[in-house]
Order: sequence, then structure tokens, then C-alpha cells
Amino acid sequence: MLGWELPPNNSGGLGVACLQLSRAMAAAGADIDFILPYPHEPKYDFMRVTSAHRAGSSIVNRVNAYDSFRYILEDGSYIDLGIHDQQTAYALMVGKLVEQMEFDVIHAHDWLTFRAALLAREKSGVPLILHVHSIERDRAGGNPGNPLVREIEATSMLLADHVIAVSQRTKDLIIEDYAIPADRIEVIHNSTDVWDVEALDTDNAYGYLADMKACGWKVIVNVGRLTVQKGLPHLVRAAAEVVKREPKTIFLLVGDGEQRDELIELAAELGISKNVVFTGFQRGKRWRDAYSVADLFVMPSVSEPFGLTPFEATAYGTPSLISKQSGVSEVFRSCLKVDFWDEHEMANQIVGVIRNQSLAAELHANAWQEYQKLSWSKAADKIMDRYRHFTQRVAA
Amino acid sequence: MSKSIVLYMHAHQPWRLRHYTIFDAASDHNYFDTDDQPEYANQKILQKVAHKSYIPTNNLLKDLLARHPEFKLNLSITGLLIEQLERWAPEVLRSFQDLTATGRVEIAAETYYHSLAFFYDRDEFERQVQMHKEKIEQLFGQTPKVIRNTELAYNNDLARWAEDAGYKGILAEGWDPVLGWRSPNFMYRPAGTQNIKLMLKNYRVSDDIAFRFGDSNWEQWPLTSDKFAHWLNETHDADMFNLFMDYETFGEHQWEDKGIFEFLEHLPDKWLSKEGNGFLTFSDAIERFEPKDEIDMPDTVTWADTERDLTAWTGNNMQRQAIANLYELKDKIMSTGDLKLIDDWRRLQTSDHFYYMCTKWFNDGDVHAYFSPYNSPYDAFINFMNVYHDMTWRLKEAG
Repeated sequence: MLGWELPPNNSGGLGVACLQLSRAMAAAGADIDFILPYPHEPKYDFMRVTSAHRAGSSIVNRVNAYDSFRYILEDGSYIDLGIHDQQTAYALMVGKLVEQMEFDVIHAHDWLTFRAALLAREKSGVPLILHVHSIERDRAGGNPGNPLVREIEATSMLLADHVIAVSQRTKDLIIEDYAIPADRIEVIHNSTDVWDVEALDTDNAYGYLADMKACGWKVIVNVGRLTVQKGLPHLVRAAAEVVKREPKTIFLLVGDGEQRDELIELAAELGISKNVVFTGFQRGKRWRDAYSVADLFVMPSVSEPFGLTPFEATAYGTPSLISKQSGVSEVFRSCLKVDFWDEHEMANQIVGVIRNQSLAAELHANAWQEYQKLSWSKAADKIMDRYRHFTQRVAA
Repeated sequence: MSKSIVLYMHAHQPWRLRHYTIFDAASDHNYFDTDDQPEYANQKILQKVAHKSYIPTNNLLKDLLARHPEFKLNLSITGLLIEQLERWAPEVLRSFQDLTATGRVEIAAETYYHSLAFFYDRDEFERQVQMHKEKIEQLFGQTPKVIRNTELAYNNDLARWAEDAGYKGILAEGWDPVLGWRSPNFMYRPAGTQNIKLMLKNYRVSDDIAFRFGDSNWEQWPLTSDKFAHWLNETHDADMFNLFMDYETFGEHQWEDKGIFEFLEHLPDKWLSKEGNGFLTFSDAIERFEPKDEIDMPDTVTWADTERDLTAWTGNNMQRQAIANLYELKDKIMSTGDLKLIDDWRRLQTSDHFYYMCTKWFNDGDVHAYFSPYNSPYDAFINFMNVYHDMTWRLKEAG
């Protein structure tokens, strides 16, 4: 498998999905070499993780997988590579690595690994499966995005033996944007491993919000990058409508991104600055507790190929309102759904949850039932079937 | 014809907020003291400014007052600066007292907290002016007769208020769109008043010292006291030159190695060498000069930026939200009777906090960025609002 991130060096859902899927596939009998662009800890007992970083460099210093990479060479000097150069360097290194490895299938996750995957296939001749967690149009919030990235996605999917899309929505967009034949794209929805959830403790990190709730305040949360894809200006405008009706409501935005300053200004312009709290990027307890302190989780994404966060909200005891433009809305039933652009309806539903404890309780109780049945094993079984199909075909 | 310099230096330091997150809210109510975070530490900044500016400047002024019996000047010192000097640099406070003890240094009235309360809450404004007055009387043994509002923010209403409150004079910016053909070098009467007199900053010559002094790209650089005195002597149509500036001009905004102290040291010499030239306190000037005309300023004028209005503090929505939310808390804050809470609330009114949120700094640039402890106006806003949230929590706890 070729991937760009694994927890804890992940910036979002891709790394989590890659890790949980790999574990489920190992359980289903796969023997996995996972190749990352940087050295990784911890080690796993269900797969080998290899780093394809630049030859002759001893350490790779990095902040997160999407910033520039710093290579410290043996002589102490260093080179900084941007994401595109890094993608090229990764492809070259993977091309060398595969010469010394034996494998039956190449399974690559998202565009950053696709050129490496094509090179590996050319050298090894084994079947190539591309797993599409998002396409450029998703990441650009519905705009076309970067033409170089689009070209890599289009070419790779045309040349691949098979494409897996994480939702029907993603499959439709692949067909629409890249004209890939529908019969070569298979929808295998993402999932989550219930037992992978870390438990909450009794003392919530958001003591201020917990205390305000005790005085009748309500908390609405979004967890995610503050970026165009996530549709947060719609939530902030809906918030202004909510606050008019329910002034004791706080909107907690957990995450960071290029849209932060714009969102701060929007809230100020709408006169609801004191109702919108920005926490910055959070991990661990502060990340878990953000879900649990809230009365409702809202995911207003403009374009979300899958979107694991509503399941995370469920795990930590909170009902969800999600946009219909998300892959997860195809499989998650016990939640409220709204078009991301329909701010009026979004506000209406938020107020509905705030005013009706019974609605919130019912939503979460049913979501919990759905959540308990989730597991990656079905997805893993489908992918194993696909592997067998290709490897047997090759053998024949 | 005799001409005088009215030198006025404004000294102030805010209580800067520490890095305060939403996770501190409801658990840590200490907004200002930051032993663990040196970049925000008020003590460190105060001691740095004392070392670079307050100590050398006061030494020099003391010396000049001793050498030149005609040398006089005016000061204003905010309550917040006095508090910090009492705590971390009492010797600097004593050196200010040494200056006023000569009887030739007059202190102006203002808000204790360097706030814009006049524009949001008249009653709160009056209390802060009263607090400042009491502090000045207690430490310096003089009662201010002339008032300046924070950031020299002035309008007709403020002048009328000041007259009713018994002040003999008030300060404002000598801004051309208001003055028209008139010169700032004379005494004026605020519109709608009978007795109070208005003194206007001559921003051209003031800013030659305060802003342009160290700028080697300025065609008049380097500015010597000789040259400066010559300019004033060559200005024939004038009673007085109102040189109003931040105290920290000397040694902090303009550094010692650019020669700012030499400039100040020789200014009295060069100026007084001509027959008839002198220095005046505000009260001297008010006694000596009658108003030449009435000045009408219905809209607020300040001494900041190219706009000379309040937009550096209340120009964007973040600033307006932050300041409006803060003043909305007033009745609840006051009704607690909790002196610590009231003091914290008032410290948050300091105009500097809103200045840090200014998004104009892309144009007015260096000045704003130079004074801000934050990376961006948005960081300043988030920090301030987190403190605001904690304050609402304390109000709730206080019942």
C-alpha cells in the first residue's frame, strides 16, 4: 500500500481510514507493506511500514504531511521540498524500493501517491488499485482546483486496473470530472472501528462551556480544518439566525486553516462574535472533549467525499447535522441532513435540536445503534475479493 | 514678537493580556501577569522602556530644568503606567516626582485606564477621570487643570463636558480639514463653550520629532535642535508651538543612537538664545493667550493615522464587537461590588487592546505592527474574546 499519512502524523481522516482499513485487511489475510514518505512511529504488528524518503538523508523534519519537507543530509546541510517536489521524490524512491520487494497488488491512497503507484506498476507489472478518498474538486470546495493535480488524477485513474471510491458521490464526481468508465469504479464506503475510540474522562477540557451549559447555554460544535471545502461560512451565517432566536448558544469551531480570519470577520460582521469560539487545532483530549461538550455536531461541508466526523461525534455522545453533499450521508441514517447552502434550514434544524431535548436524545440513541454495527471488516472483505479477482486473472 | 514652545509628553503603558485560551476560561482569571510567557510580560516591557526611555529622559529633563530657569514642560501619565512603575520601577516614579517638584512641570488630566469610555459610557468616563485625578493629587500634589482624552480623541461634546467639569483647557489635534486657513499656533475656544480654552497640536513640527526624526530618507534628516529652533523662529504668525507627542518618543520610538537625546538636550539652549522665546505650561498659556476664534469639531478627531479619527480602534467589525460586548457588561460588573473584577474590566477598556485588532496596518503599517504583541489582529481578537468569556463566567459565579 502507498499512503501519505498515518496517525499520529495525520492532518485529517485520510490517515485514520488508511490505518483502520489496513488493520481490517490484515485480519482478513492480507500481508501489507505500507510505504509512507517519511519515517513513522509507532510500529504495528499487522503490517510493515517503510519510509520512502530521499537517499542519503538521515532525518526528515516535518510539521505535518502537507507542509514542506526538510531533508537533513549527512553533511548537515538541508533541502526544503514543497508538496509537488516531495510527491515526485516519493515516486522516485518508491520506484527504487519496489525493485527489492515482492508483492501481488499495488493499492494507493489519493493523488499524492498516484505517480509513485504508476511507476511501481510499470516496474513490477502487478495490478494497480487506486483508492480515492477525495478528488481535487472536493478539496477546492467545489471549484475545479489545481490543474496539475487534476491531470495526475485523470491520468492515473485511466491507467489503473481498478478504482475504489469512498462514496457514491465520489464515484459520480470521478465520472463527471475525469470520464472514467463507471464499471471500473467500485463504491466501498468508509467505516470506523468502534473499539478504537479512546474513552472520555469525567473532567471536560472545556470547563467554561460545561459551566455555561449548566446555566442553560447550548453548544454547537464543528471539528475540522477551517478551509473552503468544509463550508463553515454557511454555519456561521446560520448561527446568526440561531442566535436571534436562542441567544444563549455558543458555536465552537475546533480547527485551524486559511479561512479562520475570514470566519472571525464574518462573525463580527453578523454581530455574533461572543457566540463563536475559535480554539485552534486540537488533538487528544481537547479534540474528544469538543464533541462531548456539544449538544449538536454540525458538518456543513460543501463537498465531503466521505466524512468520518459524524461517527466520532456519535462515539462521544453527540447527535449530528450533516450536509447532503457528504459521502457519509449515503450510509448514516440517524442524523439530520441539510443542503450546505440552505442556511435558513440549517438554522431551523439547529434551533429544533436546542429546543427539543427529546429530539437530540432520540437522534443520538439511534445513531449509537448504527454506530455499534460499524466495522471495517465488510470493506476489507470486498477489497480482498477484488485482490483475488485481479491476482487470479494475472496468474491465469 | 515673543513666541513659546508648549512641550507636552504623554506617557502610557497598557496592561497587556497574556496568551489566554478558551481552556483558561473558567479556571484561570489572571489575564495580565505572565511570568511564564516572556513575550507578553508587562514587567519585562516596562523595565525595557524604563531603561531606554523613562530613566535617561527624566535625568535629562531634570538637568535641563536645573540649567534653564525658563524651561517648562507638560506631562500626562496614565494610571496604568503609574501602577506598573509603583510595582516594578519605583525609582522612575520618584524621578517624575522630582520633575513636578520644580513647579515647572504641569500634569494633564485623562482617564486612569487610557480608555475610550467617553464614547461608550459617560458615567464610566467620569469615574476614570476622577480616579486619575486622585492618583495625580496623591503622588504629585497638583490638581490637573487641563484635560486630554485618550488618543487625543476630541469633539464638541467633550469640550462642553470638560467646561462643565471645571477644566480651564483641553487638548486636541490641529487637523487641517477642521482648521482650514487657521493656524494651530494660537489659542482657540471650543464651539458652544464660554470659558474653556482649546490648544491644538501642531502635528507638523511635533511629528518631525516624534515620527521623522530618525528617518534617514527624510529630506530634512538629520534634524538638529539648531535647525528645528530656526524653523520655529522663521514662523512669524504664531503665539505658541504646541509640541504634543508620546513620552516614549525619547529613547523608545526614536533611539538613543539616532541622537534624540542630544536633540532634546540642546533644544532649550537653541530656542532660548533668541530674545523673547520661552517655554510654557498649559496653565501659563491659558493665562497669557485669549482665543483667536471658535473651533467647531462635531465629529471626533484623534491624533492617529492618516484619517485622524477613531478607526484605528473601532474601524472594523471585530473591534466594534469587542468594545460593545465589553461595555454591555457594565451594570452587571458594577453590581457585583467585586473590586478585582471591576479593575480587570476597566483594564480591558484600554484602547491598546482594540488597536491590536486593527486591520488597517497593511497601510498604516509599521506603527501598528511595531506596537502589537500579537502575530495578527485576529489573534488579538481571539485572545481578547477568550478573556471576555471568562469575565462573563465570573459574573455568573458572582450571581
